[in-house]
This record gives sequence, C-alpha cells and structure tokens, in this order.
Amino acid sequence: MSAEAHAIETSTGIDSRKVAIWTFIGSECLFFASLIATYVTYRGKSLVGPFPHEPWTDPATGKVLEPIFEIPLVTLGTALLLFSSLFIVLALYGAQRGNRKMLLGWLAATIACGLFFVGMQVYEFTHFVHKGLTLQRNLFGASFFTLTGFHGTHVTLGVIWLITMFILAVRGQLPPKRSLNLEIAALYWHFVDVVWIVIFPVVYLMK
Amino acid sequence: MATTVLGHETHAAAAPSEKTGLWSWLTTVDHKRIGILYGTSAFIFFLIGGLEALIIRAQLFTPNNNLVSPDFYNQLFTMHGTTMIFLGVMPLSAMFFNYMIPLQIGARDVAFPRLNAFSYWVFLAGGLLMNAGFLVNAAPNQGWFGYANLTSRQYSPGLNVDFWLFGLQVLGVASLAAAVNFFVTIINLRAPGMKLMRMPMFVWMSFITQVLLLLAFPVITVALIFLMFDRFFGTHFYIPSGGGDPILWQHLFWIFGHPEVYILVLPAFGIISEVLPVFSRKPLFGYAAMVFSGAFIAFVGFGVWSHHMFATGMGPIADTFFALATMLIAIPTGVKIFNWIGTVWGGSIQYRTPMYFALAFIGMFIIGGLSGVMHAVAPHDLQQTDTYFVVAHFHYVLFGGSIFALTAGAYYWWPKMFGRVLDEGLGKLHFWLMFIGFNLTFFPMHFVGLYGMPRRVYTYHAGLGFDIWNQMETVGAFIIMLAFLVFLYNMVKTHRGAGTKTPADPWNGATLEWSISSPPPEWNFDTTPQVHSRDALWEFKREHGGMLPEPTHGTGAGIHMPNPSYWPLVTAFGLLLLNLGIMFSPKTGPWGIVVGTSVLFFGFFQWVFEKGYSEFTTPAHGAHH
Amino acid sequence: MDSHAKPHEHEHGHPTPGVYAKIGFVLFVLTALEVALYEITYGSSAGVMGDLSSVFVPMLLALSAAKFALVAMFYMHLKQDPRLLSGLFVFPLIIAAVVVVSLAILMAYHMAFAKSG
Repeated sequence: MSAEAHAIETSTGIDSRKVAIWTFIGSECLFFASLIATYVTYRGKSLVGPFPHEPWTDPATGKVLEPIFEIPLVTLGTALLLFSSLFIVLALYGAQRGNRKMLLGWLAATIACGLFFVGMQVYEFTHFVHKGLTLQRNLFGASFFTLTGFHGTHVTLGVIWLITMFILAVRGQLPPKRSLNLEIAALYWHFVDVVWIVIFPVVYLMK
Repeated sequence: MATTVLGHETHAAAAPSEKTGLWSWLTTVDHKRIGILYGTSAFIFFLIGGLEALIIRAQLFTPNNNLVSPDFYNQLFTMHGTTMIFLGVMPLSAMFFNYMIPLQIGARDVAFPRLNAFSYWVFLAGGLLMNAGFLVNAAPNQGWFGYANLTSRQYSPGLNVDFWLFGLQVLGVASLAAAVNFFVTIINLRAPGMKLMRMPMFVWMSFITQVLLLLAFPVITVALIFLMFDRFFGTHFYIPSGGGDPILWQHLFWIFGHPEVYILVLPAFGIISEVLPVFSRKPLFGYAAMVFSGAFIAFVGFGVWSHHMFATGMGPIADTFFALATMLIAIPTGVKIFNWIGTVWGGSIQYRTPMYFALAFIGMFIIGGLSGVMHAVAPHDLQQTDTYFVVAHFHYVLFGGSIFALTAGAYYWWPKMFGRVLDEGLGKLHFWLMFIGFNLTFFPMHFVGLYGMPRRVYTYHAGLGFDIWNQMETVGAFIIMLAFLVFLYNMVKTHRGAGTKTPADPWNGATLEWSISSPPPEWNFDTTPQVHSRDALWEFKREHGGMLPEPTHGTGAGIHMPNPSYWPLVTAFGLLLLNLGIMFSPKTGPWGIVVGTSVLFFGFFQWVFEKGYSEFTTPAHGAHH
Repeated sequence: MDSHAKPHEHEHGHPTPGVYAKIGFVLFVLTALEVALYEITYGSSAGVMGDLSSVFVPMLLALSAAKFALVAMFYMHLKQDPRLLSGLFVFPLIIAAVVVVSLAILMAYHMAFAKSG
C-alpha cells in the first residue's frame, strides 16, 4: 500500500484505495452485526452463571457467583479508544502538513491507547476466566468472548498496522504526498472504535 | 489521448512481452489470464460435480438400489451441491467478471491486480480443501447447507464437516477480496463518458452482485465461526444441551443463503441482457427498468431468507411477512422477463448458438420462477419443502437459468477470449442435447416431488409412484453428459490445427470489448475509449457508417502495465496453511496455526512493500454519473 | 461529487485540531452520560431519578448514536467527503440494522415457544 499511485484520475475523483477501505468497512458492518445480533439473541438465555449483571447461585454447591462485568474498567478502555480516534486525527493532520513532530507524537499516543485497550481486554478476559466465565461455560461466555474477542483481534491488527505506519514515518517515508496511506489506516482505526461505540452500551450497559 | 497511465511516475517502459510458461501463470496479475484460470478450474470442478450427479442418478435409477452406500450418497449430494454453487457457477461467473468487466468499461485492468490474483489462488485453495475430504473417505456429508446440530462434534465426529467448514471459510475470503476489487473497479475505472447509466448491462448486474457478496458473505463467515467454535472449542452456539439453538444456524445461513442465490443468477441475467440485443440486432428494451429491477431484487433479497424456514414453526406473522416479501420479488423479475421478450420482439433474430441458449434461458427461468412463486405460498411450501419439487425448482433456475446463460456467454465471448469461434454445428447439437436432457431430468421432479419423494434419500421403495419418473430423470442426466462431451469435443476441434483467426467483432457487438482484437493485447486498449452513449460500439459504428475496420494494435510501448508478482500466491498459501492448522489442531497442537499465520503475514508484508511495484489505475478524465 | 476528476482536495471547511479536540471532549462527555444513565437506572444510584428502565434503552441508543455520528462525520471525514463514501457506509448499516433487529425478534419468538417443549 505504499505504492506511488497518486495523481491518478478516477471516475469519482476519489483514490481507489480510499473507496476500497470504505467498501471493506461496509462489509465489516455485517460481520459485527451478526456477532452483535447473536449476543443480543442469547442475552438472558444462559442455563448457568456467571451472568453479566446479576449474581447466580450454583444449585449444586450453593456458591454465589457475583455479576461479572466491571463497568469502571471497561469505561476506561472505552474512553481510551475514543481518545485514540482523536489522536490519530491529529496525527493525520500533522502528516498532511509535513509536521513530523505532530505526526510521530500523536501516532505514538494512538498506538499507546490501542495497546492499553488490548491490555485491558486481556486482563478482563483472564479475570473473567478466573471468576468462572469461559467460552464453554454458558451462552453468555460464548457470545461475549467471541464478539469482544473478534473486536479485540481487529484492534490488534490495527495496532500492528499503525506501528508499521509509525516505523515508516520515523524513516521519513510518510511525507504529505503519501499521507493517504495513513488516512486509510486511520479510517480502519476509526471503524474499530465505532464498533466499540456500539458494543459498549449493548453488551455492558444493557440488560 | 495519452496512452500512459500513471501520473508522475511514468517511465518509458519497454513493451510488455508475451509471457509463456507455468511461472508466468503463477505470477500473473493480468485480469484476462486470471479469468482463464478461474474458467478452467471452474469447468473442471463443474465436471466433478456433474460426475457426482451422474452417480446420484445411477443410484436412484431403480428402487432399493445399492450402487453406493447411504453414507457415500450423503457425500455425493453434499459435494454436488457445494461444488456446483461455490466451485461451478460462482467461479464461472468470476471468469466473465475478470475477463469482461475491464474491457466493457474501457479499462486496462482491475483496480487492484495483485488482489485479483490473490482471490484466484485462495479460491483454488478452497476448492482443493473442500474436495480433499474424498482422499480420506471423509468428504463433506452434511448437505450443502450444513444444518445444526447434525454438524456438531457429537453427531458428526469425523473430518467431513471440518473439510466443508474450512473450505467454505477460505472460499469466502476469495469472494470478499474479489468483490471489493470489482466494486472499486466499476466505480472508479470507467472510461471517459461512461456514466453509470451507460454501462453495459453485464457490468450493472455484476456490480449489484458484488454488493450482495460484500454484504452476505460476512454473515456466513460468522455462522461458520460459531460452528467452528462449537466443534473445536466446546461452545454451545447451536447445541441445545448448552442452551443454544440450531435455528440460529438456519437464520444466519439463510441470511447469507438467499442473497447467494441472487449472486448466482444476477450475472446470468447480465449475460442474457448482452446476448439478446446483439442477436436481435436491437437495443435492450427498457434499460433503466432493467437496472432498477436488478437493484430492487438484490435489496429485497435481503428480506426473504426465512422462506427457507417455513417448516420450522416461526409463527403466522413471520410466515406471512416472508411469504409476501418473496412474492414481491417476482415483480421485478417479471419486469426483466418482459423486457427480454420486448428486446427480441421485432428484432432481426440471428439463430446462432449463444442465442439458442439465451432464448431457452427465458423459458427455463420462467418455469423455475413459477415453481418459486408456488414455494412462496407458505402453506403450499409445507407440502413442497424437502421434496423433489424443490430440487426441480432450483435446478430450473440455476441450471436452466444460470448455466444456460453462462453457456450462452461462453459461446458469445469465446472468440474474444481465445481467438476462434466455436463450431456452430456442434454448438447446436450441444444445445439440443442439453435442452432435451435437462428437461427430461428435471421436469419429472415436479411430479415425483408432489407425489411425496423426499430429498436427500439414497433410495426409495418400489410401487410408490416414483419409479418411472426416476428412470426418466436418470436417462436425462446421461443425455446431459452427452451434451457436455459434445461441448468438450467442440473446444478441442475448434482449436485443433491452424484454423482461421476470428476478427475483433464477429457478432456485430454493441459493447467495447468487440473494438479490440480477439484476443486483446495485454494492455487492452491502445487509447482509452471516449464513450458518448449506451451501446457505445453500435454508436461508434453508426458514426462511421457501418462496421469498424479491424483494429491494429501497436507494440504497447509507453504503456505501463503492473508487473507480475508471486506474493499473492504465497499469501494465499499462508491462508490455506492457517486454516489447515486450525482444522488439525486437535491432533497437532498450535504449530499449524503458527506456521500458517507466519507465512500469511510474511507474504502480506512482502506484497505491501514489494520493491519498485506500482499499482495502477486507468485515467478516466471528466466522467460523470 | 467532484465534476472534474482530479484527486480530491479539500482546502476549505477543513476542521482544525481545536475542533477535533472539542469533539473528543464531547465524545468523552457522552460516554460519561451513558455510564451515568446506567448507574441511575440499574447501578449503585438506581432509582435516584425514578424508574428509568422503560426509557433506558432508547436514551442509551440515542447517546451512542450521537457518538457514532460524530466519529463518522468528523473523524472519518464523511461530512466533507464525497457522498459516495457516506453511502458506502450507510447502506450496509441499514442492512445490518435490519439483520440485527429481525434476528433478535425471530429468535426471541422462537425460543419462547421452544422453551415450552
């Protein structure tokens, strides 16, 4: 994607790679819609706990499993992801104007936020497993881990993409005339954020 | 008009040389070669699917037959359906997308040539993976629709379902990549003056098909992920003992599955809309109505999926909604049928092989459509579902529809792709054998289905009223086989020996592909065409008082074409390894996954940062919509 | 849509970093409101403004829709970009919404009846 395909005249005047990333994003909407639809479908249908918002008493042992979600931690992650969208917009602003400091600084901040988010998810997942929620435990575990796991995978791939862009930028290979490459990475990043904007309320805040 | 393409980076390249040899095919990024790769592979898979059908029909020739075991029979009908849909019709359509779309819009190639090559190699990997099950006597055997929870580990412990699951996931990647590519190509690489409402109808229908692919495939991807998780990680998405519901699979599958059937038929509609005008010497009747009806069919096609589930007890409100929506789709379909008839009406009919198949398409598709409307009536469907009546319906629309249209396209575009016109006498023989064989095979299925013969049964008792019909159907199937043998012989005979090279425009075509030589040079057009109307080539000919002179092509000097590359092949191979790694991880641990992911990432990064490579988009100055 | 097919340039109407930062702040506030709404409906401060459970979902969805729109229109630049790109996003979103809602309704109905089996 670092090919020199600028100043190409297209039927729409829009670079083909930009049209392509939006096309891909449109397709991905259906991917996440199917995962979210399944989560919503199976909400409240698990045969055994742990549950997201309610405690559950194991009829066999009498042990009480507390509701599993920890809203403060997830809210922090949500905020980080939102700010990372702001940061990458600023990084792109710098890239388009040849402002190397702005580009590198804000891109690094974006990557840091992304890494924190993934780290938070890894911590959350491990924590949940310790509390008894696994993929296999119940429908909540299956649909929750699959949905947020695939989202987290998308974030991880995005982080790898952004680190690649960062290395290019450090090497001076992201001048203004190549800023479209960062713009495309940024669109993917924003999309991943936008998916979380839907997941956060639907999964964590709704019952 | 300038022939150079890239903006500032153009350098006077040496003329692209004729490349030959296996390596040139493995590394090609030329849409025409990729089209031929798709077509050749698809045709071979199609013959395999046909062989599966012949064995099915032989088994069903008489009651209580034991030519094959019940288990093998399950593999046969599963693979027949899966092969014909995913490895037959879809890649045959892809052959024409690849070869014809850039030519018809006046472009030099697709928007992303290496991605195009990647799509093909991934498709081939998926097709091979799907069929690899035969090698270990564990071919997929759960039906092409893989209903849960037959597909669970409990009820399908073997590798059969895994070959199907991973094969289909891999094929999905190929379809999605290609869909992004063709979507962007059609949006962005049209020649100057080729507004959307001036595009050839094949391009329009293909464009709508790409939209369907982009929106439908992610849903089956998720459905398959859930199935994989159930089988490999112990989840209960579709497993009742864990609270899961098998009906979820049906919904997700058919939300994909119904748009899929429009993916199978819309390109066929496009081909018919190309062939009928040319062989009637008359423009397509009602161009705008054809565009909008195609778009309407696709859009509403997302709202009818549960008509495949009338027998699952959804309740009267859901049943009514889906029945009405399904009937609604018959309206734009009817518009198309009438417009095709209107095209032919009053035209100067050229009775050549493409026209034979195209005219037969209209009749066969009407029959298939009528039985389809019968299925839409939910209470009637309760009688018809899971019987041979359904088998009759979808073979009429997919074989009498899609395959007839693709065959028409093959005869029509053969001279453009291969430089020779297929023999007309053999073509007509092919047609009649096919027409008779097809109807003899599938028309009786309407009767035997309503008499109560279920689908997917490996045998039946005598004296139930099924016997004579099954015999007719089997005879018909072998006549179809004869038809294909004639077709194959036609290909061989046409290309044997010296033969006469065909002109650029043997049919007096209306669209831009006929303005360049047969076959075209690697760079397609010496100069980018300027389009002023629909049926652009007819318009050019009118302006020049009749036929155009035979085009002569330069050496292509100064025209920069994208270089070949082997990274798409490597990346595709990595994807295959990754899927195999997951599939065999219960036995081998994570090593396959690690190796596959590494090769995938390695190939991908090498592709992205390929040294000195320049991607390539055709200039289309000042085009308006 | 540009009538001359030059590479798309947008000099005018381009938001400044200050505008982007303000939008970031609004996004943060909207998120805080989402969490606050949860807390006063179901969480530790439940009932403090009465029983909000009937309006909870619509209000929550409205807040997240607002966040969605802000990111899409400004950060993803759709407001200034050619409408084609908005179409490439909105059309699949409509289909996605139809899928989510239909699937949830159909499965809810089905599972309610299957339970009695």
